[in-house]
Amino acid sequence: MNGVHDLGGMHGFGPIPREENEPVFHADWERRMYGIARILLNQRVFTLDEYRHSIERIPPSVYLGAKYYEKWAIGATGLLLEKGIIKPSDLKGVKPINLNPTFSLSAKARGDSIFKHPSRAVKARFKPGDKVIARNVNPRGHTRLPRYVRGKRGTIQFDEGVFALPDANAHGGGMILQHVYSVRFAARELWGPEAPARDSVAIDLWEQYLEPEPARSSNGRGRNGRGRR
Amino acid sequence: MSHAHTPGNGGAEHPAAPTVDEITDFEVLEIAVRELAIEHGLFTAEDHRRFTEWAESIGPAAGSRLVAKAWVDPAFKERVLKDAVKACKEIGIDWAEPTGFGTPSDYMNLRVLEDTPTLHHVIVCTLCSCYPRPLLGMSPEWYRTTNYRRRLVRWPRQVLAEFGLVLPPEVEIRVEDSNQKCRFMVLPVRPAGTENWTEEQLAEIVTRDCMIGVALPRPGRTADVHPMHRARRPVGSSRD
Repeated sequence: MNGVHDLGGMHGFGPIPREENEPVFHADWERRMYGIARILLNQRVFTLDEYRHSIERIPPSVYLGAKYYEKWAIGATGLLLEKGIIKPSDLKGVKPINLNPTFSLSAKARGDSIFKHPSRAVKARFKPGDKVIARNVNPRGHTRLPRYVRGKRGTIQFDEGVFALPDANAHGGGMILQHVYSVRFAARELWGPEAPARDSVAIDLWEQYLEPEPARSSNGRGRNGRGRR
Repeated sequence: MSHAHTPGNGGAEHPAAPTVDEITDFEVLEIAVRELAIEHGLFTAEDHRRFTEWAESIGPAAGSRLVAKAWVDPAFKERVLKDAVKACKEIGIDWAEPTGFGTPSDYMNLRVLEDTPTLHHVIVCTLCSCYPRPLLGMSPEWYRTTNYRRRLVRWPRQVLAEFGLVLPPEVEIRVEDSNQKCRFMVLPVRPAGTENWTEEQLAEIVTRDCMIGVALPRPGRTADVHPMHRARRPVGSSRD
């Protein structure tokens, strides 16, 4: 989803706040909340992809204003309710959930990821050095393809291995295994001529997020002479 | 359904109870969720205590040791760059802890990014807050802020300058947007003036910020102290 969590390159939020003593937790309940979330993930009560998506579905105004572990609390509570493990009546009197618009739960998941027919093959489509384009897609469901790389040209650096596609796993779609590649994008490809010429951003992307860079019609050589796959 | 753990209205119910701090709405929610989860058999109080203690036992010292060892032992450095999770075992860090299969967000997949005098790496997670916890401990608050996440991929030089690190234009910056299944850590360049230092001495100057990539190690710098440089735009004409 093109949510408020997808922050790369956005303007207008101000400087990075830093703390002098940098406490790991700012209240005891944060420490306990950390434990709850991690253990629910360990016990497979929900997947990490589901959890990330639940946090992404927090209404933008709440997301931007909430503290870090408040988002964790809202995200975990939302999933426990959605999965029917706890009932809304269990939380009667608990203010953040009590229909207070300031603390509303995550929006309903829109499970219509555009990645409807993923390949089950784990054969690698790309290899280091291959030129690729990140697909320009706008799925309403969970994805780990950030907006700022969509439609941009990059180069495969490494094959990170085979992992479950979050776009499916966040929506109960199970473990669809695909290669994940480290793809490097020139800063100028992402941000235009204002960016320093040699700087770059690398990001790991699932195979399904990528397409081979099409042949340049001008030189007639066709995709670096590698032919069609 | 009435729970003992709804102290949101507890003040009225137990006026005589001694209170240390005022309980916040989110603390009420945390207590409710934890007690419900235990009631429903999702985990035990003991499981919860064990995992929370593990989270508090980790810190950046492990990463510092790894960097210091890599600086003095070229063969170890090669192993770190080739298979970092495996190399971590040599310094006593097992990415499979505390569960036997790692933790669900600290995948057993780590790549260490080696800096050179003309190449600088810096790490961010634009989509959430992915971080190499087994080596660096819990992430600092600033790393998770919307401002660090949105800005680093777009204005790395300005962000680094705010952290007090002004890199000359001839140094190439590679930002690693670490938000998938692999975790990353920076292996900085060993600074001049440390030639005869022991591993322990070297580890002291490899602070957490050096391994995220927002600082460089140097003799005498043993803590991540952040001078605030508000509204400073030393590089380019960017209006962010």
